[in-house]
Amino acid sequence: MTQLPTSTDRKLGLVIDLDTCVGCHACVISCKGWNTENYGAPLSDQSAYGGNPSGTFLNRVHSYEVQPEEGAAQLIHFPKSCLHCEDAPCVTVCPTGASYKRVEDGIVLVNESDCIGCGLCAWACPYGARELDAAEGVMKKCTLCVDRIYNENLPEEDREPACVRTCPAGARHFGDFADPDSHVSKLTAERGGMDLMPEQGTKPVNKYLPPRPKDKMEEIEILAPLLTPIAVEPKGFMAWLDKTLEKV
Amino acid sequence: MKDQPFLDTSPEVSDEVRKTTCYMCACRCGIDVHLKDGQVAYIEGNKDHPVNQGVLCAKGSAGIMQVNAPSRLQAPLKRVGPRGSGEFEEISWDEALDLAVSWLKPIREKNPEKLAFFTGRDQSQSFTSFWAQNYGTPNYAAHGGFCSVNMAAAGIYTMGGAFWEFGQPDWDYTKLFMIFGVAEDHDSNPIKMGIGKIKARGAKIIGVNPIRTGYNAVADEWVGITPGTDGLLILAMVHELLKAGKIDLHYLAQYTNAPVLLDAETGLLMRNEDGKQLVIDRATGKLTAFDQKGVSPDLKGNHSADGLVHKTVFHSMVERYLSAEYAPDAVAEKVGISAGRIRAIAAELARVAFDEAFELDQEWTDFRGEHHTKMVGRPVSFHSMRGISAHSNGFQTCRALHVLQIFLGTVEVPGGFRFKPPYPKPSEIHPKPHCKVTPGAPLDGPHLGFVHGPDDLALKEDGSPARIDKAFTWENPMSAHGLMHMVISNAYAGDPYKIDTLFMYMANMSWNSSMNTKGVIDMLTDKDENGDYVIPQIIYSDAYSSEMIAYADLILPDTTFLERHDCISLLDRPICEADAAADAIRWPVIEPDRNVRGFQSVLCELGAKLDLPGFVNKDGSQKYTDYADYIVNHVRKPGIGPLAGFRGDGTNSGRGDVNPKQLDRYIENGGFFVEHIPAGANYYKPWNAVYQDWAVKMGLFDSPQPYLFQLYVEPMRKFQRAAEGHGKRQPPEHLRERIKLTLDPLPFWYPTFEDTQIDENEFPMHALTQRPMAMYHSWGTQNAWLRQIHGVNPLYLPTKVMQKNTFKDGDWAKVTSAHGSIVVPVAEMAALNENTVWTWNAIGKRKGAWALDENAPEATKGFLLNHLIHELQPPKGDGLRWANSDPVTGQAAWFDLRVKIEKTTTPTESQPNFATIKSPVGQGPSELTWKVGK
Repeated sequence: MTQLPTSTDRKLGLVIDLDTCVGCHACVISCKGWNTENYGAPLSDQSAYGGNPSGTFLNRVHSYEVQPEEGAAQLIHFPKSCLHCEDAPCVTVCPTGASYKRVEDGIVLVNESDCIGCGLCAWACPYGARELDAAEGVMKKCTLCVDRIYNENLPEEDREPACVRTCPAGARHFGDFADPDSHVSKLTAERGGMDLMPEQGTKPVNKYLPPRPKDKMEEIEILAPLLTPIAVEPKGFMAWLDKTLEKV
Repeated sequence: MKDQPFLDTSPEVSDEVRKTTCYMCACRCGIDVHLKDGQVAYIEGNKDHPVNQGVLCAKGSAGIMQVNAPSRLQAPLKRVGPRGSGEFEEISWDEALDLAVSWLKPIREKNPEKLAFFTGRDQSQSFTSFWAQNYGTPNYAAHGGFCSVNMAAAGIYTMGGAFWEFGQPDWDYTKLFMIFGVAEDHDSNPIKMGIGKIKARGAKIIGVNPIRTGYNAVADEWVGITPGTDGLLILAMVHELLKAGKIDLHYLAQYTNAPVLLDAETGLLMRNEDGKQLVIDRATGKLTAFDQKGVSPDLKGNHSADGLVHKTVFHSMVERYLSAEYAPDAVAEKVGISAGRIRAIAAELARVAFDEAFELDQEWTDFRGEHHTKMVGRPVSFHSMRGISAHSNGFQTCRALHVLQIFLGTVEVPGGFRFKPPYPKPSEIHPKPHCKVTPGAPLDGPHLGFVHGPDDLALKEDGSPARIDKAFTWENPMSAHGLMHMVISNAYAGDPYKIDTLFMYMANMSWNSSMNTKGVIDMLTDKDENGDYVIPQIIYSDAYSSEMIAYADLILPDTTFLERHDCISLLDRPICEADAAADAIRWPVIEPDRNVRGFQSVLCELGAKLDLPGFVNKDGSQKYTDYADYIVNHVRKPGIGPLAGFRGDGTNSGRGDVNPKQLDRYIENGGFFVEHIPAGANYYKPWNAVYQDWAVKMGLFDSPQPYLFQLYVEPMRKFQRAAEGHGKRQPPEHLRERIKLTLDPLPFWYPTFEDTQIDENEFPMHALTQRPMAMYHSWGTQNAWLRQIHGVNPLYLPTKVMQKNTFKDGDWAKVTSAHGSIVVPVAEMAALNENTVWTWNAIGKRKGAWALDENAPEATKGFLLNHLIHELQPPKGDGLRWANSDPVTGQAAWFDLRVKIEKTTTPTESQPNFATIKSPVGQGPSELTWKVGK
């Protein structure tokens, strides 16, 4: 079994804004592209052009319908990747030490050369955030683009996870939650950022901003102040117009 | 605890980054293509690019799977089996071009109209139309007619521009953003970026759409309207705003034709001897031209002459829209939205437009010469796309929406909707359609354009349609983009005439781009009494093995988007922003590894072999060696070419001599060019003297073109007058009443044709499609990554229908329209208008196409609604069958469809089930472990 660090210097992670995510899957494919070409084995695809296409993804977007007690049903887009938990059960369950949480920034990684593909970590993860690559036989997971965020071959502005860089709606934010003044810490505080399934006790680093309340416009009756009628007949309207234009 | 493993956190990313323009959809974002060992390793957004500013959607990032797709055609193909069999032999390019010339040359010499050349989702229309014009056929258009011509034409006739590539919301200032019928494309990244930006500021979004997905899912208010009734909702809001006096009277008086007088006898706009529209000046009470300095046009003015009282356009509008038929209570049931909610939305629009109005400290001078010290902002903006336009009442609905935003005074003001160059541009300075055919010579002008009355219709001397698609005829007089969806059925029927060769590019007409797919397949394969195909020759160009390939006789394989030159031109559909003119290129960031050629380069060669005047030098030699040569050296008019940037010595913008190094300069600049609009010119553009001068300098116009927004569209009145019996060109009798009704010069609502002709009790449900964000029409399915997101497309049913039929997700339903039936899997969706069913567009595929396995879910469970939609409406009492199109523009009325849903036993596959077509490219590999470089 593998130990977690007692603490990490930084807590890097994502804030995902569920109010703004339009469910476009840009993050899913940008992640697939970067991580196929970079960290570890490529993310493979089985039956790529066949009857049961199924590949490895480190990030997926699920869509859920929500029926509030009153009002219309809503659709919530929910991007999901590794939450880089402080108490990551996927690490402690690892029999070889391949899964580990980095001391310097808290990123949870799989050292593929030590991974035996036993799948225990995927079983232990309550979020379903790990996927065993069928071609390589190793466990794949979000690396928080550890090969981008410090990469001196990239311009500084590009040293962020691929999913954050590409998100068209700006619904994904990257930063250090250990720093209370960081953008992600502030956003989390301002918008009521939430842990996913806190009852699991995993202390996820990533936070989700809840959707703002919807469909709150109240129906109005005819005499409401904003639409007080000035005239209901064309003739009356033209008379109003006469008076109004005189004032202009 | 054991030591952490060593990790290289600064690996090499790529050997080289090449910047070009995406073509995974029509948005034209800038991309950084990372290469390793000369192969594409990774694609991301270009941070400097005006369209996407670094972000990129799922399609764009999956471009690597597209340029490596196994469905890519490998070489020119000549059909050797029967049409539809997929039996081809590979031929050389010389053979392919000789064959094409052997068909096209005799046609041109004898009767150029026997060639129909239609180019689908073409991004080079200013080039392909130039080719067609030089060839001399009147039969050219791209896919606008089956896409969103209602939106484009309604916008241009009304206000000199429309949504998407014509304009955008003022994301920096808008506080209320209202969208109608916006699925998840059109446009893609900029709308998402804008939504993110305004949400971060706390601005609100109202989404009007029967389906709550995508942008409508994140909207603060979802208005789940009944399909086809948007016009009624909009005009009910106009009714409320008028009734409450919440309209921008100053804006209407100054910048629109609301104060222009209507001739009480003819309904035409009153004009002076110079043709200028006349208003009453409030200062003098006298009749005067609208554009005189110091004129204060009177919205309630009238003029008595010859016993008639001529009143303003505004007067007619007040009479119409204050009428009880547009009261919220009268429309609520039809639109499926309560009257109280309609009023609430109208009130919110009024509150934000007027109570939250603001001023920018920016001086400007209007076209009348009046100086303004401030710019008034009204922070309400609108966006809309195909959802409201793909109906048979779509043109009038789009017009109604423009009236709404103009009444609120929110067009071209801070916080509102803003045009992008080359718009604003009045409809009068667009070309008119041309159709005069001369054997062996070019057409007399551009094919497509904007008609301004019966004289501009594309009719032959005997009154019959000049064009194969019957564009610009009495059936659809203002069909600015042509009617690609009618070409095959008209050619098959020989109505208005037969053709010899159908030449198409990038349009999957035997599948998802046609109504009545099975019928179209039959038309493409049917033979006459002599055993010859009814449509004798078909040439098709595409990069991929689509469903259309099997139905062509000659295939000209195109390159993928990373292997080609292109220009995203100001002459066509550029990438401008509201604050800047911009255009862009594509260039071969990788070389093709197959025997394929860019289609436009092939046209350069074909043009020369056919001796088309624009494509040969004086000595008869080929003028443009390839498309890149054309892009740089073509001169459309003096100083103006396909690309506006880096002209002359490289420092000229807009106008300037040919610069042989122009493409190099684009490449150095990241594949695009931007010229910002000067401060003070970026709002009020149609009337802003500084903007108008800048537009002339940039070559967008040859002289300033200020104009009034045309709330009243006079050309429509001219068609109505013809239907009333005035003038020499007269419509056929059977169309008179329809023209009188539907070409109303003021927007109104009428039920869609399907709603009036089909028994609503028998077919109670509306049926829609929308395109997902991660797929672009049929292209996405060949993409190994994207098809894992959208590999199946159930028919989504509202909860009520699920319960009534005791459906469970995954059950199968028989879906029947007046035209046909399909059998498909269903799934429940609660966030859906209760009388609407829908599915994702173009996920269903035919077996054998796109290099997919026969068992691909797209082919076994996927389906198209196209089978349920006919290109003609059901027969009427008069025995005639009219096009299933908008009567003004001819836009395909995809979304008028009504169906009934019945539970059925589980079939083995979705129905109808077509035979497998033989793939000319084989099948893709079963496993991908993609990685390039070391």
